[in-house]
Amino acid sequence: MEICRQDDALQISDLDPFLAELLRQIPQSTSPDGEPAAEARLFSRPSAEKEICAEWKNYVEPELRRLFRTATETVAADLTQLNGNEKSLRNRTLRIPVEHAEAWLNTLNQARLVIAAKYNFSEEELNDHDRSPIGSRRDLGLFQVNFYGFLQEFILRELGGQVGSAPD
Amino acid sequence: MSAVSAVQLEKGSTSTVEAPVREKETQGEEELDVPWQVVVHNDPVNLMSYVTMVFQRVFGYPREKAELHMLEVHHKGRSILWSGVREPAEFYVQQLHGYLLLATLEKVV
Repeated sequence: MEICRQDDALQISDLDPFLAELLRQIPQSTSPDGEPAAEARLFSRPSAEKEICAEWKNYVEPELRRLFRTATETVAADLTQLNGNEKSLRNRTLRIPVEHAEAWLNTLNQARLVIAAKYNFSEEELNDHDRSPIGSRRDLGLFQVNFYGFLQEFILRELGGQVGSAPD
Repeated sequence: MSAVSAVQLEKGSTSTVEAPVREKETQGEEELDVPWQVVVHNDPVNLMSYVTMVFQRVFGYPREKAELHMLEVHHKGRSILWSGVREPAEFYVQQLHGYLLLATLEKVV
């Protein structure tokens, strides 16, 4: 796999089918459905004050859900470039427009947090980047968290010069 | 304030109406002046570089200051990013949650 910036896009090329499949799983990995720990992590309490939490639930949380959903939809649309069967995914290239980079950062973070909450990874596990081979669903989850983190690091590096700008 | 007040309707006649009952005491000035602080808590999943970028974006901090706060979160478990009146503090916490950071609004004791 190669990853680089090409003009106004971030380009991931020479994708093998396994990594392409992990990329395709990003949107569905953001869903905390049926995982209270993941739901609680995505929508954590803003305060110990009950009044603030009640207002937050009514007014802020729906906005956050909309923000996360919009980001995930942007990523899902980019990932349609990887549609196809396993054979056709060989050496496929994914182009991410730079203006979608924010949505990718957010969605990758959602996915990493949900997977980590689902498997309750310890800090030690999360810092063990050389763990191999993948022998269980849990190991695969840890690999996903690390792979998505690697993509985040790349996007952050490419956005480095734009960090000082005001938030959206 | 009395619970019942007299209202002059016409010359020579009076009627009484009940003063509105406040369901909840409004915050006194002293309480409104209590500063609030925006606290970010450690989360081993969020990347250090990501947290630094968020602090730069949300608070407009230069990279060095953002990194110091990130390291404080990492090593001490929490860092106070901002303190002041409630409304902007709430806004900052909302933005931080939008970036999926563990952030809380706390009253300064």
